[in-house]
Amino acid sequence: MGLTTEQLKDAYGRMCLARAFERKCEELFMQGQVRGSLHMSIGQEASAAGTALALRDSDLLITNYRGHGHALAKGISPRAAMAEMLGRVTGCCKGKGGSMHWTDMSKGILPANAIVAGGLPTVVGAALAGKLDGLDRVAVVFFGDGAANQGATHEAMNLAAIWKVPAIFICENNLYSEMTPIGKTTTNKDLAERAAAYRMPATIVDANDVEAMHAAVSEAVTRARRGEGPTFIEAKTYRLVGHMIGDSQIYRSKDEVEEWRAQRDPIRLAGDKLIARGVTRAELDAISAGADATVADAAAFASASAFPDVSEIFVDVFEHNALN
Amino acid sequence: MRELTYAQALREALTEEMERDPNILLMGEDIGVYGGVFKVTEGLMARFGEERVRETPISESGFIGAAVGLAMMGKHPMAELMFMDFAWVAADQIFNQACKMRQMSGGQVKVPLVIRTQQGGGRGNAAQHSQCLEAHFAHIPGIKIALPSTPSDAKGLLKQAFREQDPVVVIEHKLLYNTKGDVAEQMDPILFGKANIVRPGRDVTIISYSRTVLHCLEAATTLAAQGVDAEVIDLRTIMPLDMDTVLASIRKTNRAVVAHEAHRNAGFGAEIAARIMEQGFQHLDAPVERVGALDVPIAYSLPLESATLPSPDKIVAAARRAMRMEA
Ligand SMILES: Cc1ncc(C[n+]2csc(CCOP(=O)(O)OP(=O)(O)O)c2C)c(N)n1
Ligand SMILES: [Mg+2]
Repeated sequence: MGLTTEQLKDAYGRMCLARAFERKCEELFMQGQVRGSLHMSIGQEASAAGTALALRDSDLLITNYRGHGHALAKGISPRAAMAEMLGRVTGCCKGKGGSMHWTDMSKGILPANAIVAGGLPTVVGAALAGKLDGLDRVAVVFFGDGAANQGATHEAMNLAAIWKVPAIFICENNLYSEMTPIGKTTTNKDLAERAAAYRMPATIVDANDVEAMHAAVSEAVTRARRGEGPTFIEAKTYRLVGHMIGDSQIYRSKDEVEEWRAQRDPIRLAGDKLIARGVTRAELDAISAGADATVADAAAFASASAFPDVSEIFVDVFEHNALN
Repeated sequence: MRELTYAQALREALTEEMERDPNILLMGEDIGVYGGVFKVTEGLMARFGEERVRETPISESGFIGAAVGLAMMGKHPMAELMFMDFAWVAADQIFNQACKMRQMSGGQVKVPLVIRTQQGGGRGNAAQHSQCLEAHFAHIPGIKIALPSTPSDAKGLLKQAFREQDPVVVIEHKLLYNTKGDVAEQMDPILFGKANIVRPGRDVTIISYSRTVLHCLEAATTLAAQGVDAEVIDLRTIMPLDMDTVLASIRKTNRAVVAHEAHRNAGFGAEIAARIMEQGFQHLDAPVERVGALDVPIAYSLPLESATLPSPDKIVAAARRAMRMEA
């Protein structure tokens, strides 16, 4: 099931937004305005956009430290997201969470996680809650190939399977966990094999093809909404940048990166499809210029926002504020 | 003597210990080809091979548990836990397994295991990557805890960690790796349980460890300008804990401040304060003061994070309270 041209343009726009947003973050990181570690998802945008297009606003998303693209595609406000990157009070977490913990409950975006595999058990419960309430709400969790080796991942997948919860486990296999290539951390050729252990339906998808990604997630969503339980999607992709800013990338060859960049850049691939369908280059440029403008607006908004007042430290710790 | 960074000193300790004892092997995430995210193990895989420097999957529970098994069977593994915050992922293997085996077996097995990790805030890593968790380890009998504050101590304490026949956690600080200091070329291990008086003084005893020692020294300089002569004690290890040095100092100064970066509530400072009260109450002229992080998760935003963590100023203020001086 392909995307309509309008949908594909929409996906293209979401991918451009993610890319432009993260490039801006990189710039702000180099200026010392973004703190901590910055993990970009450049090269993996199709996985995010394809997924988001298959979901409703009310569906749930749990992502990780490499989740900017996921959350932007799911509709988080770019202004609030950029303000969060700068630690401002107008940020999506009031500046408390930063790059790795974006949250927007109004868009079904639960707190993103910085503990590898931390979100997998929680997605089971989040999905189960909807089922208990008689809703046809679906919950999606994104995690990496490296996260597939955590015990929590396996406990979560087994629970999801026995409880038949409407959860979708999207494993973004970008071939590396931080600086370690996948061949050193698993003997599986495909991580989708892991799902078989829990008798969970699984698919392998070329996640640099936004249409393929959308189709795979749509099928999983349909199954989940029908009450048929969880699905595992192995989204094969590649990050075109380091694990974090400052990563020397000595563990992979420049040629390998260049090949993915030149042949498999998901934004270019989607653009090529649109052109083949008769969309003009000028239209594409207008979409990406629109994304750039959104990011510029977000950055201006963020810089003009105030830092949280120090009294905010004691707020949001408990229902009633923390005592110190 | 030459200057080394804290990271270089740790690497030197690992290299020397691995040369000395073929039973030592290292495991952890990204520690091989990449040399670890803080570059402590750089070059070690090339030198000692893939059997002894093992890159692991992201499976903290799995590889720390495997290290326990190796240790019980005569090896001396070091497991690198990239961030202290991940200790909870491996908590069962550390606290129920490593810490208990010797005693549960009536002494039939031992677990000579070294866990190296780093902790602390100050970099905007937010709530899940900034915590100081030494008190969690201190609460569980069966594991020794070292928290070096200088390159020289990093080398000496890590070398000693491999001489111990019990589980040891060596807790580094992410903001110390690039600090420099003199490190002797030929260096004996630093025995655990021997505190270091890093600045002698007469008026107030400031007790600390890890990076907070640097804050205490800064505070002592400020206090000196205000006419207060502070003695700064670096505990180096908190299990075992050198109360003799602490009490001897308090007999002289009659006043004490305990400072660490971990949360104040149920932090290790509470244990030290309680022991001072139990063992040296008669020498105190004022209540023991505690300085630690505020009891809230550590926020990302710079002003919030800075206000949450302890600082030299907060240590100065605590020392002044202990001196009954005006704030
Ligand atoms: C429990 C835990 N262990 C280790 C880390 C450090 N860490 C952060 S990201 C990462 C690699 C994750 O790899 P993968 O799951 O493949 O996701 P990717 O980053 O490639 O998207 C590691 C080891 C962590 N954050 N949490
Ligand atoms: Mg990966």
